Amino acid sequence: MSAEAAPGVVAIVLVTVATLGIGAYGLRLSRTTSDFLVASRTVHPRLNASAIGGEYLSAASFLGVAGLLLVSGADMLWYPIGWTAGFLVLLTLVAAPLRRSGAYTLPDFAEARLGSRRVRGACVLLVVVIGWLYLLPQFQGAGLTLAAAVGAPTWVGPLVVGSIVLVNVTAGGMRSITFVQAFQYWLKLTALLVPAAVLAVVWLGDGRPTGGPIAGDLPDLVSWSRPLAEGDGQGLYVTYSVIVATFLGTMGLPHVVVRFYTNPDGRAARRTTLTVLLLLSAFYLVPPVYGALGRVYAGDLARGGSGADTVVLELPRLMLGGTGGELLTGLVVAGAFAAFLSTSSGLSVAVAGVLTQDVVGRGRLDGVRAFRLSAVVAVGVPCATALVGPDVGVARTVGLAFAVAASTFCPLLLLGIWWRGLTPAGALAGLGVGGLGSFVSAVLALGTDVGGRAAGGWVRLLLEQPAAWSVPLALATMVLVSRATADSVPAHAGRFLVRLHAPEAVVRP
Amino acid sequence: MSEPTPRVRVTGPPRRRTPLARPAGSDPRDDDLDALYVRALLRDQLALAARTLGTLALVLGALPALFWRWPGLADHRLLGVPLAWLLLGVAAYPLLVLLGWRHVRRAERAEDAFADLCEGRGEPRP
Repeated sequence: MSAEAAPGVVAIVLVTVATLGIGAYGLRLSRTTSDFLVASRTVHPRLNASAIGGEYLSAASFLGVAGLLLVSGADMLWYPIGWTAGFLVLLTLVAAPLRRSGAYTLPDFAEARLGSRRVRGACVLLVVVIGWLYLLPQFQGAGLTLAAAVGAPTWVGPLVVGSIVLVNVTAGGMRSITFVQAFQYWLKLTALLVPAAVLAVVWLGDGRPTGGPIAGDLPDLVSWSRPLAEGDGQGLYVTYSVIVATFLGTMGLPHVVVRFYTNPDGRAARRTTLTVLLLLSAFYLVPPVYGALGRVYAGDLARGGSGADTVVLELPRLMLGGTGGELLTGLVVAGAFAAFLSTSSGLSVAVAGVLTQDVVGRGRLDGVRAFRLSAVVAVGVPCATALVGPDVGVARTVGLAFAVAASTFCPLLLLGIWWRGLTPAGALAGLGVGGLGSFVSAVLALGTDVGGRAAGGWVRLLLEQPAAWSVPLALATMVLVSRATADSVPAHAGRFLVRLHAPEAVVRP
Repeated sequence: MSEPTPRVRVTGPPRRRTPLARPAGSDPRDDDLDALYVRALLRDQLALAARTLGTLALVLGALPALFWRWPGLADHRLLGVPLAWLLLGVAAYPLLVLLGWRHVRRAERAEDAFADLCEGRGEPRP
């Protein structure tokens, strides 16, 4: 290990100690199963919003966005916008009713709304699939980051992150995780904002260069400033498909949704979401600074495939050097590591919660023990896959998770909350069409990619970015099949909608 | 050691029905009235959501189409920053927060009005 690795190693050790320390503090307060699953529903909106923000901002946000901006330019700004706007959609259509439904997980909601064990089963499967799709790139990204920051072999990252997450989750569950996540939001914001401010000052001191030694492969400034993907009509399609997947996928991510049950009531859920919107907006203003400075100072990073992902980690060293550069490098490594830890903790709690209720908890184990066993499964499977599986790229797997969530849980939540006529058969058909459509096509696209038989044209595009067609298709399927089976509308549907929409002060149990 | 916060035991979705606050059944017409009130609230909230998301779709959603139709827009600069970067990298976020803030205020007002309606049933509202 070289001297260059020192700040990175120190940062990672500090973040680990702080995470475990705060987790242990939370553990002193965690005693019941309810603490483990929903932190006993006593979380204040501000703390809860920080926790959601901390959990949501993954490595894709902390490292990935800046890299994507550096390489492709303004069209990649749609990702951070979509990841934020997803919470506005959640706020307007889902937040308060979902909290008032009184359910803990998406499968709980589906069963309470539709009274069907089969719909519940389909939701359990989808939560696990989406959760693992999202966890896998976190672990793979951790391997790449540790390799870049401290020169460790790529298998170290998944093991280190996996073990820390497992210790924290199995020890303290949701209550301890809430404190950890809230801390990590502020850590991530500081770790991105402070170096960005310093580097911007350095840039001003250099006489505000705009060109710099740019490598020949970078697009020119005009096409770098076009908010559309490559290709004429195809670029437009890709851009809108990304918008659909990110705007509508957020509400279907298991680790986001599970947090709403920790709110005291529907209004608190809404206010929490609004605060999340504010926190994410503040965060996403920063990555473009790295993208733009990277274009001036680190143009050669854009050449190698995944090299661009390290632009946030490399810039301080490239622009500043010396002790200052090392300190800032330590800070961004700490932020990146926190990003891996918090997102994978949140996802693990969500997946483990569902497994506890529907798979493990059916046995003879008591609540807390069943949760711990589920956590081992929830973390172990994607961690092992990251160690032995092929590397398909952080951004693409995360994009796939969003597309599947948007094509399945989005229609289920929207229709379940706002339309009395949804039937179990309709929900099942829609989940099946949306889930299979988005998942199979994306896997096909990945498969042709890995096999090196990359076919061009529209077919490939439709497979790669399924959201723009799979979301409307799933929605239409749900509506049409529900209409066809209108006689099986659950008897309590009307009453359930009253509970979802009426303020708690009016409806008392 | 005393409990730091009040605990609530949670075991899953409550499966019991939740009747409205007022004892139902005294007058069969009341149930119809309830359904009417709730349907009105639901429509109000949905209209509110449609307005918020409609604004979002109109403002942000139109941008790709605009830049596609008039590629020259990418050339424009404001304060030395290319237009797309300014719009998507900076301006979009205050817009999102503003839309969210306005929506929360209006949604809570609609709920308050609904609560007043339920409590002051039969009497003219102030």
